[in-house]
Amino acid sequence: MSFWTRHQIFEKNSIVLIAGILVVIAIGGLVEIAPLFYLKSTIEKVDGVRPYTPLELAGRNVYVREGCYLCHSQMIRPLRDEVERYGHYSLAAESMYDHPFQWGSKRTGPDLARVGGKYSDEWHVTHLANPRAIAPQSVMPGYSFLSQTEVDEAGVAAHLRANRAVGVPYSEDQVANAVADLKAQADPDNAGVDAFTKRYPKAFARNFDSKPGAPTEMDALVAYLQMLGTLVDFKLYNEKANLR
Amino acid sequence: MTEHSDIDRVSGRATTGHEWDGIKELNTPLPRWWVITFYTTILWSIGYWIVYPAWPLLWSHTTGIWNYSTRAEVATELANLGKVRGDKMVALGAAPLAEIAKDPALLALARASGKTVFGDNCAPCHGSGGAGAKGYPNLNDDEWLWGGSLDQIMQTIQFGARSGHAKAHESAMLAFGKEGVLKKDQIVTVANHVRSLSGLPTSSGYDAAGGAKIFADNCTSCHGDNGKGNQELGAPDLTDTIWLYGSDEATLVETISNGRAGVMPAWVGRLDPSTIKALTVYVHSLGGGK
Repeated sequence: MSFWTRHQIFEKNSIVLIAGILVVIAIGGLVEIAPLFYLKSTIEKVDGVRPYTPLELAGRNVYVREGCYLCHSQMIRPLRDEVERYGHYSLAAESMYDHPFQWGSKRTGPDLARVGGKYSDEWHVTHLANPRAIAPQSVMPGYSFLSQTEVDEAGVAAHLRANRAVGVPYSEDQVANAVADLKAQADPDNAGVDAFTKRYPKAFARNFDSKPGAPTEMDALVAYLQMLGTLVDFKLYNEKANLR
Repeated sequence: MTEHSDIDRVSGRATTGHEWDGIKELNTPLPRWWVITFYTTILWSIGYWIVYPAWPLLWSHTTGIWNYSTRAEVATELANLGKVRGDKMVALGAAPLAEIAKDPALLALARASGKTVFGDNCAPCHGSGGAGAKGYPNLNDDEWLWGGSLDQIMQTIQFGARSGHAKAHESAMLAFGKEGVLKKDQIVTVANHVRSLSGLPTSSGYDAAGGAKIFADNCTSCHGDNGKGNQELGAPDLTDTIWLYGSDEATLVETISNGRAGVMPAWVGRLDPSTIKALTVYVHSLGGGK
C-alpha cells in the first residue's frame, strides 16, 4: 500500500476520521489548555490584585450586559507598539478574578485594560452619555440611560456569592456587607467608607457620577473603569521571574 | 493507486467500486497537493515543538531549544526602541526645561515626541489640536489656570488637578448655592456682575452695586479684587473673553451654585520623565506658553 492509499483510510471511513479529529482537538484542548488550570506558573505572583468591590462588580456586569467587549479589548499584548501606547502588557494575575474574562479580540475602540485613572470621572460620565460631545469622531453609542438607572441592590450580595462559588476569595464579611459597601463607595460622605476601604484596599470612594442619591449604573460603570489596570504596582513587579 | 479497476464508461475514470441501484461513485481523491500540505503541516509542528515552548508538563512546560519568550522579546524590542531614539531622548530627560528651547535638535525631538504622546493621552479631553472643550481648558490661548511657564505646565502634567495625588493642584470653586452661602437671587445678581467684568451685556434692572458687593465679599479672595484671577489657586481671570464652562447667565448661575472642580489626572506614574518633558515642551509650544 502506498502512502496515498493509506490516507484514503481517513476519507473512506467516517469512524476513523472522527477518531482522528478527536485526537487533534484533544491536543488543542485537553493537552494545551487544561494544564493551565493546575500549573502554578500560569498566574504570576503579584501583590495588590483584589476581588472587585460590589460597586465595581455591578459596573462590570453593566460592561458585560451592554456588550462593551464587542468593541473594546482588555488585553495589552506583549508587543512593542501596544506597550508603548497602553502601558505594561497585561498579566494573567490581573484578570484572575474575572468571571468571565473580558480580554476580547476586537478593537473598534481602544483597549481598556489600563484605562483606570487615565481620565477624570466627569470625562467618563460625559463621554458615556454622549461620546461625540467630547470626541467628535467617535462611533461609540451613547449610554445616557445609565445615569437614570439605580443599581439593583437586591442582587449585589448574590453576585458576590456567585463569584465566590467559582473561586473568587470573597470573605463572609464582604458578602454580608455587600450592599453597605456598594452605597459607601458611591458616596464619600457615607459613614461606612472607612470600613469599606478596610475591606477593599486601594479602592476609591467617590461620587462617580456627581449626582446625589443611590448609586446608579453610571456610578458603577465609572467605578469599574477607573480601577482597571491600576491594582498591580509595576515598580515592584519582578519582570525577570515571570518571563514566559 | 486504485484497487478497483472498474472504469466508468462515460467519464473514463476509475470508480470506487461502490454501486447503488446501478449508479457508481467516481473515485475522486483529494488533490495530491492538498494531501502533501496536510502532512507537511503535521511534520512542521514537530519542528515547532522542538524549537518553541509547546507542551505543558506536570509542573512546568517545555521551553524549546531557542528559549523563546514573548515577554523577553518585548523587553528587547523596547530596549532597541530606546537605542533607535538614541542618546537624544536620554539627553532630553536630563536637560533642564529652559535648556531644551535653546537646542534646536532637542526642541524638534521634544515637539515631535510630545505631539504623539498628546494624541494618545491628552486629546480625549483637550481635543486633538489642544482646543479644549467645555470643562477642559483650551491650551492654545494664553490664559492659564495654573500657570503657563514651562515649570508650571510640567507641574500640572505630572500631578494633575484634584487627581488624588498628594502634590496635585487642590483648590476648587466653592458651591455657593449648595452650601447655602448665597441665595438664588444673590447668585443671579453676582452672575450679572461677573458678566459685566468682561464687558458682556447684563440683564436689565440688575442691582450693579449689590452685585459688586457680593463679589467683593465672596469672590475676591480667590479671583482677586478686580476679578483678574489667581494662578496659585487655579482661579480663572473673569475679565477676559475665555470661559471654561460658558459665560451665559444660566451657566454662570450653575457654576456659582454648584461650584466647579474639574479633574486632571496625574501622569507622573503613567508616563516616564522624558516623555513628560517632551509633552511639556509641546504644550508650551501650542501657542500660549509664557
